[in-house]
Amino acid sequence: MSTRMMTTALVAAMLLLSTSLACAAGTIKIGALFSVTGPPAFLGEPERNSAQMVVNEINRSGGIRGQQLQLVVYDTNGDPTKAVQMATRLIKDDHVVAIIGPSTTGETMAVIPVVEKDRIPMISCSAGSKITEPVKRYVFKTAQNDSLAVAKIYEQLQRQRLQRVAILTVSDGFGASGREQLKALAGRYGIHLVVDDTYGPKDTDMTSQLTRIRASQAQALIVWGTNPGPAVIAKNFRQLGLRIPLYMSHGVSSKKFIALAGAAAEGVKLPSGKVLVADLLPKRDPQRAALLAFIRDYQRHYRTEGDHFAGHAWDAVMLLKMAIANGGATPEGIRQALERTRNFHGIGGTFNYSPTDHAGLTKDAFVMVQVRRGNWVLAP
Amino acid sequence: MELGTQLLQYLLSGLATGAIYALIGIGFSIIYNATGIINFAQGEFVMLGGMVTVFLLKAHHLPLWAAIPLAVLIVTLVGFLFERLAIRPLRKATPISLVIVTIGGSILLRGLAMLIWDKDTHSLPSFSGDDPITVAGATVLPQHLWILGITLVLITLNKWFFSHTISGKAMRACSCNPRAAALVGIDVRRMVLFSFVISAAMGALAGIIVAPLTMTSYDVGGMLGLKGFCAAIIGGMSSGLPTVLGGLILGVLESLGAGLISSGYKDAIAFIILLLILFLRPQGLFGKPESERV
Amino acid sequence: MGGAKELLKYGLFAATILLAPYLFSGSYLLNVLVFAGINTLLAVALNLLLGYAGQISLGHAAFFGLGAYASAILTTTYDWNPWTAMAVAALTVGALAFAIGFPVLKLKGHYLAMATLGLGIIIQIVFNEWVDMTDGPSGFSGIPNLTLGPLTFDSDRMNYYLVWIFVLGCVFFSLNLANSRIGRACRAIHDAEVAARVVGVNARLLKVQIFALSAMICALAGSLYAHVMTFIAPSSFGFTVSVELLTMVVIGGLGSIYGSFLGALLLTLLPEFLSVMHDYEIVFYGGLLMVMTIFMPDGLVRVMPALCRRLPSLRRAKEDADA
Repeated sequence: MSTRMMTTALVAAMLLLSTSLACAAGTIKIGALFSVTGPPAFLGEPERNSAQMVVNEINRSGGIRGQQLQLVVYDTNGDPTKAVQMATRLIKDDHVVAIIGPSTTGETMAVIPVVEKDRIPMISCSAGSKITEPVKRYVFKTAQNDSLAVAKIYEQLQRQRLQRVAILTVSDGFGASGREQLKALAGRYGIHLVVDDTYGPKDTDMTSQLTRIRASQAQALIVWGTNPGPAVIAKNFRQLGLRIPLYMSHGVSSKKFIALAGAAAEGVKLPSGKVLVADLLPKRDPQRAALLAFIRDYQRHYRTEGDHFAGHAWDAVMLLKMAIANGGATPEGIRQALERTRNFHGIGGTFNYSPTDHAGLTKDAFVMVQVRRGNWVLAP
Repeated sequence: MELGTQLLQYLLSGLATGAIYALIGIGFSIIYNATGIINFAQGEFVMLGGMVTVFLLKAHHLPLWAAIPLAVLIVTLVGFLFERLAIRPLRKATPISLVIVTIGGSILLRGLAMLIWDKDTHSLPSFSGDDPITVAGATVLPQHLWILGITLVLITLNKWFFSHTISGKAMRACSCNPRAAALVGIDVRRMVLFSFVISAAMGALAGIIVAPLTMTSYDVGGMLGLKGFCAAIIGGMSSGLPTVLGGLILGVLESLGAGLISSGYKDAIAFIILLLILFLRPQGLFGKPESERV
Repeated sequence: MGGAKELLKYGLFAATILLAPYLFSGSYLLNVLVFAGINTLLAVALNLLLGYAGQISLGHAAFFGLGAYASAILTTTYDWNPWTAMAVAALTVGALAFAIGFPVLKLKGHYLAMATLGLGIIIQIVFNEWVDMTDGPSGFSGIPNLTLGPLTFDSDRMNYYLVWIFVLGCVFFSLNLANSRIGRACRAIHDAEVAARVVGVNARLLKVQIFALSAMICALAGSLYAHVMTFIAPSSFGFTVSVELLTMVVIGGLGSIYGSFLGALLLTLLPEFLSVMHDYEIVFYGGLLMVMTIFMPDGLVRVMPALCRRLPSLRRAKEDADA
């Protein structure tokens, strides 16, 4: 290849880039990294939708202290490398003051060194506990920690005196993180894990694992995964005629799970963010107002039900809005204001950040729900 | 539960999964035998079968009995177009370029499915209920019987086609020696097209009959396709019984592996078998060794 | 490297690479170019195998991953010196590839494609399942940046030079290899293996050697990737990555080293400019792979000069028509 062509290509590349640098004055730019495509698209798509929805609403009602908000969204494809590139792009070229996302724990872990180095606050929408344990100066999160969901399930098992428990986790980031917490917390609740098995995210038949679990005389089964695996497991579970209580993770707390598993979903219990059963919550619940507003808005904009993944992005934008209003539109101001957040009643729960806690939620963020007659209801 | 019942359950689950691998594997073999091409897009035909059926049921409210043949027909058409637009125009048809073109085709089909429908997982209703049937303490679903039955019918049809019809015999001739086949007046290019059409139809049907159990989405094709290929390799790329046995063996080994050894390494089992067979018995588990083709 | 013209070409290439950061300083594009460099290393490695020796591999991402994980584990868990770890990783992966190369490369065409694909998947499963070593699917974090005396490679600019100096070395080496006795023997195998064997080329050993060399370069790229990213996860080393590498090589042109550079650069940069494509990206990839193989089996490198030669005449024709 001739070098002339090479230089032409490089110069052309630069020109293309400089056009994207145009930046409107008087607006506050915030960045977002969501995996709108790729395997975790079921997270990224609703997250992008609700983030955009809230930003539009804020702007319509006059912005923050008179300044309009601009959301720059990049798709990460569920790929850590892409997430790092896009985070750098948000910081270096778009000059955002804060970042929302990424959608998965892996991508978040990959991006953390970048935001820490460039001192840009980031509110991750992924669940992994290790994102904020230990605390990183600029990294916050809105998705409930896996450990809280595990604690919620274990608490109930302990009340029912079920000690011999089998766990079946998916072998991806979500399942691995859940498995870690399930194993770590078991002792504290006097629970003995009799089977610790996994399945692949693309597996289509889990009767082998369930047969082994049946033989183990476990008193309850906990499945940790995202659709469609748990729906297959629910079907296989019914096929094998297992009668023990079946618990799942918040990874499938949506109507979608019931649609996929059909009759096999009946009786499945799981810890869920309150958004799934917002209309069933008692009137005094502090989150109720926010939840109902979120569900109504999301339904109006996108003609489908807002799930708790969408809620993570809703919370992140609202937290940022408050932080900008209180601390100013600078990265450091936002970071400090975020750390002072108290009693923010969002979709995922009631947030209380502090310098030693960047996850901000307690296990009250979860309620136990159960499938009854093809619908989610509050579990007794 | 005693070990005997457990083993029986592993065996039954394995056979049901294995039947699917066998169907997909035969799709691979048919194309390979007629053309010498490993069609990396075979798994996408499987995906399309399930997705098109779901789409016909949900968006067009067709009954299941009408949606299934229509879906098979549509996917067959895709197979036809795929051969016409991707395989035939290839000027330098080396194995490498064929591999690359079919990989490109599989990515393209997957992407189109994602754009036309969505990224969600969908389920299909079972053909005849979900009440498990008990066999000596182990259980199967009615859908498993459908899978085994349809596989059996298809394989018999396949066998009959290749041994008793003119087209079938012509396709076998092409696989033995395309030049000689052309000399005796067989239209080799038409046979190549034909093999893609048959494979697409078989893949689609496989995708439809598993969807009630495994659900379907735009990206299920990859892994299923690879497993089907492993089945075909175990069977020595035969389009008959050896590949069916290959599929069943693979299904049962996977199920036993997941139940008795480790479910994490379950997928590795298929590929380790694939490598061992390729290294040690490239003619397949049941074939007789033949001299190296240069 | 043969001839002054070749040397001049390489010199210009190297100068462009070394000066490029001054065009993009402070821009995120520099960060993307770091990864373009890593992809160039991988594409050149695959091209040595595919373009020169004519052997396909659908599992090269696994060697990339082995290098990355070896460096990550040795430097983080066992506190090795990163440079020593990098060398050990590359040599071990090379040796491993040499060993498996013998049975694998006995296979041909489609069978070879499937065997390498299976190998790649098995290795990725190990990354996922060997949780004690690799931290499993949630990924391995806390890998240190590389240092050299007073220099720490923790900024985009530093990483750019780190990666691209490796690329320059690798390109120089590969160009020389192509014009050496080994390169000629390789092309002989590619064109007619039997004939090559008849004239005394030890085809089998040569193929395995190239395979091992190619795996070694991939492992090196993996080590660099690990230290640049400081975080790695199994999903970055799967089948899709192997296919992307294949696309880069095919687009650039089989057997052309500069072509692989062009293919890697194009495929790394393109998504950045076409970010509006979002969902269409996957369709675009698939379509590109097919169109290139069907209509330009020789790759961009051989098509572009022809196009450029024709362009002036086209322009002249247009001017004539306007006049």
